[in-house]
Amino acid sequence: MIQVIDLHSTLGKQKVLDGVTLKVETGEVLALIGKSGVGKSVLLKHVVALMKGEKGKVLIDGEDITTAKGRKLEELRSRIGFLFQGGALFDSLTLFDNIAFPLREKTKMDEQKIREKVLYELEQVGLKGMEHKFPAELSGGMRKRAALARCMVTAPEIMLFDEPTTGLDPITAHSINDLIKRTHERVCFTGIVVSHEIPDIFFLVDKVAMLHEGKIVAFGTPLEIMRSSHPVVRQFITGGRREMEDVFEPIIEKLEEEFRAKGKCTQEKKDEKV
Amino acid sequence: MLDSAILGIRWIGKTVLFPVRILGRVGLFLATAIFWTFVPPLKVERLIRQINFIGAKSVTIVALTGAFTGMVLTLESYYALERFGADALLGPAVALSMIRELGPVISAFMITARAGSALTAEIGIMRITEQIDALEMMGLNPFRYLIVPNLLAGIISFPLLASLFNVVGIYGGYVVGVKLLGVSSGTFFGEMPQYIDLTEILHGLYKSTTFGLVVTWICCYFGYTTGYGAEGVSKATTRAVVASCVLILVCDYVITSLLF
Repeated sequence: MIQVIDLHSTLGKQKVLDGVTLKVETGEVLALIGKSGVGKSVLLKHVVALMKGEKGKVLIDGEDITTAKGRKLEELRSRIGFLFQGGALFDSLTLFDNIAFPLREKTKMDEQKIREKVLYELEQVGLKGMEHKFPAELSGGMRKRAALARCMVTAPEIMLFDEPTTGLDPITAHSINDLIKRTHERVCFTGIVVSHEIPDIFFLVDKVAMLHEGKIVAFGTPLEIMRSSHPVVRQFITGGRREMEDVFEPIIEKLEEEFRAKGKCTQEKKDEKV
Repeated sequence: MLDSAILGIRWIGKTVLFPVRILGRVGLFLATAIFWTFVPPLKVERLIRQINFIGAKSVTIVALTGAFTGMVLTLESYYALERFGADALLGPAVALSMIRELGPVISAFMITARAGSALTAEIGIMRITEQIDALEMMGLNPFRYLIVPNLLAGIISFPLLASLFNVVGIYGGYVVGVKLLGVSSGTFFGEMPQYIDLTEILHGLYKSTTFGLVVTWICCYFGYTTGYGAEGVSKATTRAVVASCVLILVCDYVITSLLF
């Protein structure tokens, strides 16, 4: 479980997070939405202590990561996978070595087992046969999928996705979302996804939180957010276009259907995990 | 009146505090790197890679500049010494200048231009593309993986390259002095042992070792703390090269005044 409690953070002279509080239950995936530059990625980086706020706590299964240091911080971070916006693959390493890197550095696994695991993860993300390529030789979508494979190879309990589909064409974006959904069904991680893909992202997550002017102004299930009358939320999800309201009803119906099906699956997985 | 006095005091405070803050950060960066140097395991594979990058790949440019430096130094020294009838001292003059001063300093400039700038750009790009954050997320210390191997590679490579610079420079001087200007080979080399002993060579090596540490430290610091985007990396690279070159000369003066 991830709990963010009264988090405050300032970048330069700008207050980015102004008392953010939110909770992601074990096995749940939360979509963090909000305008560009509102501080979503900053919040995500606070969750893994890559950035430090002036005030507030971030609890990972009850342990405060904001005050953790040394081995404790390493141990907490090793339970979290972070998919960076650009993938953050190491340029100087092949795809295989990139994915094998955390296993070689943090485990005592033998090379044969590492090979098996890396090839399995590459197959899961549809990059089988690409293991000898360097990141520069891959497309944006491939890099994101490779980065996802690198995150998943250590089987983290928590996954954070920083705009996993930004800059990709709609088909590739859909395939990435689908991949995240399948991965969640497979390993049932607890996750936060920063995304602007509305309404696509609502089909992927259990909860949605909207960040606006440093605060969470809306929190609920995707259906609740779609039905929200909060003016900022409405403006954001419709993109400020009135005609979008008309297309919402079929989306809401589809979401209801989706959640009836998804609820059971997630609950079973959650029970296994807990 | 009071307001402008307060503003003035504030300005003085800011002006004084800014460099102090920067020096503090740069100093802490080095202290952290030194700490991680002594925490095992050392990343040997990466160290060898960086020695290859900083050292082996700089051999050609260092040899080339060494040869021409030796040649021009011989030419200039010959015309000066000939006036006093001291052309027999040509060999020792060239060798002393190369070993004590020009070898460590010019080779350090060349390595800074070739490898130091690339080091800053590489680490800077790793920073802006979140590769350093990715390392941290894997529970791996970026100092151990990125900074320490570069620092050690600098300390190992700089003295070796300075020595190469000296050897090639003296040989370049020999070619000009003996083959072109007609100084006898025996005169050129014969006087050298009288003027150059192990201490001179060691002093040159102390200098280049210090330059190796300073250049890699500064270049890594600017890369590690780079600003956002391509502009941030380009500014960091420029600053790293300029600061390294200035510090090479400052350290050169300090070491020279302490050792000689």
